[in-house]
Amino acid sequence: MSEHAEKAPVIRLRGIRNQFGTQVVHDNLDLDIYRGEIVGIVGGSGTGKSVLLRTIVGLQTPRAGDIEVLGVDLNKASEEEHNDVERRWGVMFQDGALFSSLTVRENVEVPMKQIEGLDAKTRAALADLKIALVGLPYLAGDKYPSELSGGMRKRAGLARALALDPDIVFLDEPTAGLDPIGASEFDQLIRKLSRSLGLTVFLVTHDLDTLHATCDRIAVLAEKKVLVTGTMQEMLKVDHPWVHSYFHGPRARAALETAEKE
Amino acid sequence: MTEPAISLTELSATDTLLTLRLRGACTVVRLEALQKALDPLPKDRDIVLEVSGVERLDTAGAWALINLAKRLEKAGKSLRFEGASENFQSLIETVENAYPEPDVEPEHALNITDRLDLLGRKTVAGWTFLSELMAFLGLFLARLFRSILRPSEFRLTALVHHCEAVGVQAVPIVSLMAFLIGVVLAFQGSTQLQQFGAEVFVVDLIAISILRELGILLTAIIVAGRTASAFTAAIGSMKMREEIDAMETLSLDPAMMLFVPRILALLLMLPILGLIADVMGLLGGALMAWADLGISPAMFMTRLVEGTDVKHAIVGLIKAPFFAVTIGVVGCHAGMKVKSNAESLGRQTSAAVVTAIFAVIVIDAMFSIFFAEMGY
Repeated sequence: MSEHAEKAPVIRLRGIRNQFGTQVVHDNLDLDIYRGEIVGIVGGSGTGKSVLLRTIVGLQTPRAGDIEVLGVDLNKASEEEHNDVERRWGVMFQDGALFSSLTVRENVEVPMKQIEGLDAKTRAALADLKIALVGLPYLAGDKYPSELSGGMRKRAGLARALALDPDIVFLDEPTAGLDPIGASEFDQLIRKLSRSLGLTVFLVTHDLDTLHATCDRIAVLAEKKVLVTGTMQEMLKVDHPWVHSYFHGPRARAALETAEKE
Repeated sequence: MTEPAISLTELSATDTLLTLRLRGACTVVRLEALQKALDPLPKDRDIVLEVSGVERLDTAGAWALINLAKRLEKAGKSLRFEGASENFQSLIETVENAYPEPDVEPEHALNITDRLDLLGRKTVAGWTFLSELMAFLGLFLARLFRSILRPSEFRLTALVHHCEAVGVQAVPIVSLMAFLIGVVLAFQGSTQLQQFGAEVFVVDLIAISILRELGILLTAIIVAGRTASAFTAAIGSMKMREEIDAMETLSLDPAMMLFVPRILALLLMLPILGLIADVMGLLGGALMAWADLGISPAMFMTRLVEGTDVKHAIVGLIKAPFFAVTIGVVGCHAGMKVKSNAESLGRQTSAAVVTAIFAVIVIDAMFSIFFAEMGY
């Protein structure tokens, strides 16, 4: 949201360089994300959208660059500061990445086990609340991930990401593999939760409808860096060839039309 | 994380209304303290919470506050928030709307009917499994016959590849195992037979037990362990990635492409492995007999040829094809039972190994009885 723009960013990337062998994925990449906004990361295949997400949450160590999350420089942070930051973000992986030997409720309880003084009953009740918040039926809590559909697994993954009421949620392709109805429900869920819980959402997606329906701001990854950021309307005016064909293609136009109708 | 502690102070109290001020961070980290503060509040009057001093509120905190509201509601009283910010109000509303209500009755304990039901299901499942294996065996034999009639459909390259994986690569482990078994038999036999001065019979002991039983049985168990699991894993992962479905839509027969080369490779290789095991077992026994009892290799040889009928070796090796087909069928069948998740792949792989080893031992026992009855 633009009114927050003057505040310090919650995620601040400077000069990130990621490299696999000789293949450079990111070079001198900068990005700022502000509190309470939903930012969609788009880019062609192989532009390192997921790598960028993994870099921020510490699953991938960049060759160079500074990552600052919630005011903590993760390169210089002590282990304790690191843990504090980790507790304040939640990550939803593509297929939920739920622990297959645990039920959905137990999955959501896992992050809560680090909080001292929460007894098992409270944990289970809070997990039930999170499961209900993401729109899963009460009975889903007793099921194992393999018994759920793809859309339900994603919701359960989101419930686990939200377990400790994080400030930032990272979503990796939240609507990939969902049918259009399920996808648009998920879009609305993300938007609703972000608004009512005050979440900052970092969202990697390919889905133009998701970009229209949920994102406050869009960051385009191309040429090994964040080429441009801005709202959907601003994206339409960018005349970089890739950005232009992405936001002016037939699919983009269809998505824009439906968004306008709504 | 440094989050301000919870404090709850009374502002005013009448018989019907209690006004309190809540301050601090109502978050999951402070949930225990928050619950401790809220739980003892009286339920006999309305409560007003002054919440402008609440610095942070998350869903856990909102949940605790809603729990209090629900308790009061039950007693016919109400809870009101004063000085709540917009965010505070919207979060309370969100959590209130999502508040989970259990909609199932708790599961009851298993009674006798349920147990009988379970027993019946298990029995039927066992029969189904056996008949499936039989059907699989039939499928294999039918396809084998077909490949004799139409040799062009037969995949020779795959057969050679599997022969290497199943047979050649198993030679070191099978040889070592058989050699050590021979050593152990000679050592154990010699200590027992020495008491009677019948050391020389250790040759018969080694020869008969290795040739008739141990050589081929232990080889089959090792092959069941390494090959049945490999078959299940290979076919199961193809099943998982829908490769088998793709083959069917391309009118390729998975039985012909996958099962026949694998099971046939086992059928060809297991007797050879059994023979190698026999030779290595005798070698190990002879070495130990020489070292421990002073029976020279030449004497061992003479005694072996004189005292041991060749029928023992035949009795042993005749079991090999039966073991081979069993292991192959169990492995391939388990592979086809894999569903589209990784857990079922792991489960089926270990189930295949257990079933294959068990089946090998059962068949061996049946052969023992058969040969004993036939006086062979």
